[in-house]
Amino acid sequence: MVDIVERQDQSAAQIEAAERRPLPRWVITVISVAFALVLWEIFGRRINPVFGSYPTAIAAAAWELARSGQLADALYQSLRPFAAGYALAIVVGVPLGLFIGGFRTAEAALGIYITAGYAMPLVALVPLLILWLGLGFAVKVAVVFLMALFPICINTWLGVTAVPKTLIEVGKSFVAPDWVILRRIVLPATLPYIMAGVRLAVGRAVVAMVIAEFFTTISGLGAVIINSANNFDTATMFVPIVILMVMAIGLNWLIGVIEHRVAPWQAEIAGRDRE
Amino acid sequence: MGEVTFHDVSKRFALRVEGELHHVRALDNVSFSVRDGEIVALIGPSGCGKTTALRVAMGLDAATSGRVTVDGRGVAGCGHDRGMVFQHAELLPWLSALQNVMFGLEMKGMRGEALRATAEKYLDLVGLAESKNRRPHQLSGGMKQRVGIARALAIDPKVLLMDEPFGALDAQTRETMQAELLDIHQRTRKTILFVTHDLDEAVLIADRIVVMKAGRVCDVMAVPLGRPRPDLGIVRGTPEFAETRYKVWRALHDAPTVH
Repeated sequence: MVDIVERQDQSAAQIEAAERRPLPRWVITVISVAFALVLWEIFGRRINPVFGSYPTAIAAAAWELARSGQLADALYQSLRPFAAGYALAIVVGVPLGLFIGGFRTAEAALGIYITAGYAMPLVALVPLLILWLGLGFAVKVAVVFLMALFPICINTWLGVTAVPKTLIEVGKSFVAPDWVILRRIVLPATLPYIMAGVRLAVGRAVVAMVIAEFFTTISGLGAVIINSANNFDTATMFVPIVILMVMAIGLNWLIGVIEHRVAPWQAEIAGRDRE
Repeated sequence: MGEVTFHDVSKRFALRVEGELHHVRALDNVSFSVRDGEIVALIGPSGCGKTTALRVAMGLDAATSGRVTVDGRGVAGCGHDRGMVFQHAELLPWLSALQNVMFGLEMKGMRGEALRATAEKYLDLVGLAESKNRRPHQLSGGMKQRVGIARALAIDPKVLLMDEPFGALDAQTRETMQAELLDIHQRTRKTILFVTHDLDEAVLIADRIVVMKAGRVCDVMAVPLGRPRPDLGIVRGTPEFAETRYKVWRALHDAPTVH
């Protein structure tokens, strides 16, 4: 009894603090990254600098690139088509996925192209895209768009087919028209799938951006990679690679934050909201 | 008014089992009616077609032959004259309790100030005024089902169709909910068609019990308990309860499958 009374006297914050004993996730991640960097530094230093590199050398090269203004230019050149293509992929992919998943006829008529498109060897098509769109901004946007579109579209589509039938019947029982069911029941129920697709697409869009820069006008971060590789300057070559990976992590985190905003119930149901 | 009548309703499914096509008669010439303001319990073993009968009445499934009428008008698809309470409440997880009730009302075309006020009124009726802003996962099983009942009642249907609404609840919550349902019925006088597989439940809440087996109605019996039934504990102790319960039990166990 005494214990219960004391419990009630405790404020909610205190109880919450007492429950949060395990090591926070970010601490574990930082330890893991630090460990990997130290290992890389130790073993990287023993390798001929043409064949490999190590964190401090890459950091020095990054500083050099940043100071000369090359890095900012390259980032700007790369991010414009990346952002445009990726945004376009979301704007087209989500409604398309909803449409294909939501209507039987659309699924039968269009689903096959989406499935095939996901496996499309895009690199092989780049020369053709160049013929259509030239060598500039447009073709880069197209390459990023085509690589990012399919995971977003397929995930949305799968999400729609995974919506519990009973939830749709709730809409039907209250005489909701089809498009209201799609917007107010199917779309929110599909959001976690959509966000997973949007996350998967980040990695593919980054790869697409570099491919586009290699095979069309050599520009941006892709140009930095090619030029430094041609000069056997391996440390500098790693700078854009590391930056792109960090950028992908940042974007993933950002998407996670957005997901928490637009679909908070998902984390709450899964019990992840306390982290 | 709110009178539901099943006129020779049959429902056949085609079912492919290991390559062989089977025709399943989920409903076989089902006829019975629910009078205005009455609670009728539809009882039977699982697979007897009781849920199918309810779905046909709601308009979620179409009958192969025969028809269901509500106040003489044939059912074709879902309508606001019928309110459905689902087995597992089926609340939309991204909406609060209040918003879930409002959803049904919005679909009926209600807007503005009346929308919120009406939803709040019905949440209050089921005793959930305090928890209106909670999302479904923050509600207990019994609370979820209360929201489900409020959502169906709010659109002011002629008939409430309930599909084993308390089947997934623990025994104590179920008893509370049965009492509350009777209380709500006392206040709203809605016609209720209630599917259950629980003998006690059927006798406690219903005015009449329709016993189904293998897609057919094999018995319809009146429950001689009268209304109101403010204390179900006392009802359970009455000889009428025991007698009716036994009669339904006999009907479920002995009734011939073919008439």
